[in-house]
Amino acid sequence: MLAYFLKRIAMAVPVLWGLTVIVFLIMALIPGDPATAILGAYATPENVERLNRQLGLDRTLPEQYLIWLANLLQGDFGRSYSLNRPVIDEVLERFNATLILAGAALLLCTVFGLLAGIVSAVRQFGWTDRIVTFFVLIGISMPSFWLGLLLILVFAVNLRLLPPSGMYAVYGGGDLADLLRHLVLPAVTLAVVATGVIARLTRAAMLEVLRQDYIRTARAKGLSERRVIYRHAFKAALVSVIPVIGIQAGFVLGGAVYIETVFQWPGIGRMLVQAISTRDLLLVQGGVLVVAASYVLFNLLADLAQHALDPRLKT
Amino acid sequence: MSAAAQARAAGGRPGFLTLLVANRLAAFGLALLALLALAALLAPLLPLAPPDITDPARRLLPPLSKGHLLGTDQLGRDLLSRLLWGTRVSIAVGLSATLVAAVAGSAIGLVAGYAGGRTDNVMMRGIDMLMAFPYILLALAIVAVLGPGLMNALYAIAIVNIPFFARNIRGVTISLAHREFVDAARLSGKGHLRILLSEVLPNVLPVIVITMSTTVGWMILETAGLSFLGLGAQPPQADLGSMLGEGRKLLFNAPHVSIIPGLMIFALVMSINLVGDGVRDVLDPRLKSGALSRPSAATAVERTHVPAMPQAPSPAALDVRDLRTEFHVGREVYKAVGGVSFALRRHECLGLVGESGSGKSVTAMSLLGLVPTPPGRIAGGRVLYRGRDLLEASQAELRTLRGGAFAYVFQDPLSTLHPLFTVGDQVAEAIRAHQPLAFRAAWKRAVELLELVRIPNAAERANAYPHQLSGGMRQRVSIAMALANDAEILVADEPTTALDVTVQAQILKLMGALQEEKGSALLFITHDFGVVSEISDRVAVMYAGRIVETGPTDEVLAAPAHPYTRKLIDCVPVLGRPERRLDAIAGLPPAVNRLPEGCAFAPRCPHAEARCRQGDIALEGFGPARAVRCIKPLGARKAEVS
Repeated sequence: MLAYFLKRIAMAVPVLWGLTVIVFLIMALIPGDPATAILGAYATPENVERLNRQLGLDRTLPEQYLIWLANLLQGDFGRSYSLNRPVIDEVLERFNATLILAGAALLLCTVFGLLAGIVSAVRQFGWTDRIVTFFVLIGISMPSFWLGLLLILVFAVNLRLLPPSGMYAVYGGGDLADLLRHLVLPAVTLAVVATGVIARLTRAAMLEVLRQDYIRTARAKGLSERRVIYRHAFKAALVSVIPVIGIQAGFVLGGAVYIETVFQWPGIGRMLVQAISTRDLLLVQGGVLVVAASYVLFNLLADLAQHALDPRLKT
Repeated sequence: MSAAAQARAAGGRPGFLTLLVANRLAAFGLALLALLALAALLAPLLPLAPPDITDPARRLLPPLSKGHLLGTDQLGRDLLSRLLWGTRVSIAVGLSATLVAAVAGSAIGLVAGYAGGRTDNVMMRGIDMLMAFPYILLALAIVAVLGPGLMNALYAIAIVNIPFFARNIRGVTISLAHREFVDAARLSGKGHLRILLSEVLPNVLPVIVITMSTTVGWMILETAGLSFLGLGAQPPQADLGSMLGEGRKLLFNAPHVSIIPGLMIFALVMSINLVGDGVRDVLDPRLKSGALSRPSAATAVERTHVPAMPQAPSPAALDVRDLRTEFHVGREVYKAVGGVSFALRRHECLGLVGESGSGKSVTAMSLLGLVPTPPGRIAGGRVLYRGRDLLEASQAELRTLRGGAFAYVFQDPLSTLHPLFTVGDQVAEAIRAHQPLAFRAAWKRAVELLELVRIPNAAERANAYPHQLSGGMRQRVSIAMALANDAEILVADEPTTALDVTVQAQILKLMGALQEEKGSALLFITHDFGVVSEISDRVAVMYAGRIVETGPTDEVLAAPAHPYTRKLIDCVPVLGRPERRLDAIAGLPPAVNRLPEGCAFAPRCPHAEARCRQGDIALEGFGPARAVRCIKPLGARKAEVS
């Protein structure tokens, strides 16, 4: 297990490296001259050239990349000009909030997606199945940013049960209960689509597994139907659903961009949208890199979990 | 009846559209999509207020206001008009993004799949890298570079969808790249580009279309999302997403301004998804037929033939009477077991022999309701055990009997043992299902059982997973599991078929010894007369769902009465007699949904006559201990003389 663990981590390194190449290339492809952009249209050619040298832009692209990568590895993501603080500080602070939101959503969609999928498969073609299938269809077709607005209207404006936005109350908040109250609506909104996807795949996986010979063996042993489904069938289905949960981590992390905007959650997604509109590209770059890296990590976790569950993968 | 069923009944293969419309949800999606698309298409012709004319005096009117069916927005513009015009933009952008992604992705997939080797490797690693990004994030990064705007949003969404197309198309292309017609084209001197375009592309096109239909909904949703964030359509241009984004600021006092465009996106995406699901169902009918249905815990019993209960309880351990099991697939009824009767005496081994498809396994499964429903159904008969008809038993009773008084050993131990539990765990579980033992005690007992079936280092092997054991060892585990609760009746369904010959002999010896030791009755199912001769006291030969001959094993082997039995015995190679030709039986067993009248074996029988093909032929006594279902059994004269 440990050997595999180390091997799998080693395999994540080239992926992470690839991410830096892509992000660097995207940023390098920006049309126009950054120095002119910074100094304005009336800058003298000498000033432009001096700034270019300062920024290292007079070097070749590979050189620029290596310098940039070396800085990254030392935690230097550059300085955000719109916020006037190091990108890394801002990004990590924001990432914290995103992790809370995405983590909660991932927990919700995993638990409810698996449950709905199992129930739906067990009651195939029955009413429960139809109701679940119906909600799954609605869930995966719903624009999450619109659902967020609907939930705000119902639960915050009309029922006044939950706060409409933010992470903590402005006055007197700050404890865990306050955080949870603020977390409910955005986390639920963010989880809806992923719940639908996981429920669908769990249903299909359960139906596939329930036809296997070893399920007949379990029944022939005289096990209770509950044990057959929740121990024998579910464990086997889970093996094929776990990678999907890993992929959903990506959709949840990306979807956080919308949800954080709707609920004014102080996370990295909202930061990215703001950074794009102020053209603070270093901030965009830092945010994208950190979120993408965390996605690689989520997939790594899913992979390890699958490995721990399925002894056939150990060789 | 649905249109699809009618089309099928008419004998023709139903058309794609017929099937799609027959799927109620897909039909609804199609209708909704057509309606929305039509409204968007006809927007310039409809009597609508101009979408961009502001009217500050009439701002934020609620829906159903006079002259403004859906009300007005913050600048007094007519919402209905803006909605339809916005829908035009959203659909156009979504479709264009899909097209761009399809063209670029398919090109990459085609080239990578066709070229193979290093080109393929480099291209696909690049694609993998793109997929390592959370989808929306990559789109954001691209928009960040290109700057906000509808066209840029379109490119961003198209780029992040390229990997889906590239992967799907590459997969199909690889399977085509070395097919005969491509090789032929290459030999004829065509250039690579021409081959790709004229030979490969036409065959890949359906996959491209399917991928498009499944991604277009997402693309509309995601471009709307970017516009919602203010990164897509810029005023005065408006798509549904930007309408929603601008309306969001008025959520508290005029919610309709944002809710209505959102509803439109939702309806649009849902209708596309419904159609997409329908298309997938039509193209993959496996999902709709019984094949993917979940089997219930016990076979459905809907008996039309129920023989009378016997007056006196049968002395046999198990008495099966006129058992009928059917499979209902669509309109076809497969009579897998068509009236099987036999008695399994205490302590004896009865061999149930026949080719695959003869119904012997289904007979065994039917005893305790282990035939999957759907499509299986028990349509008649009785299974008598201790004076009780098991076909009337409740779920709870069945569960007590399964693995308790009745134990099964199945054919392929790799697929019948659970791959994710250790073998010790699985044996212990079988014990605990019927005995009130703690896990540790059950585990100890499981190790003893594994020793009993002669697994070396049982204590250690108990911790192994099925895939870590050899086929023979796995089958020993299955046998240990069957012995867990001292079953009165053992049912072994081809337990040695998946094993090689030496292992087969060991397992047979083991089963024979254990049966003798435990004194249980054994129903042994096999297609191999060689195996039968080694283990069983009596034999019942099945053909097309019925028993055609039964009797003591040595008698039947020495002088088979049914021509089919004769043929089966001839199939067994005999050591030291190479002159014996292995006689495969000519022809195929009849399909059990279209059984011929008369003897089911008649079409393959060398002795068949006209009267063999008429009426029902009964299983009649043949000598003191035998019975045969044949009008003119082999060696009949000899039997009459003796």
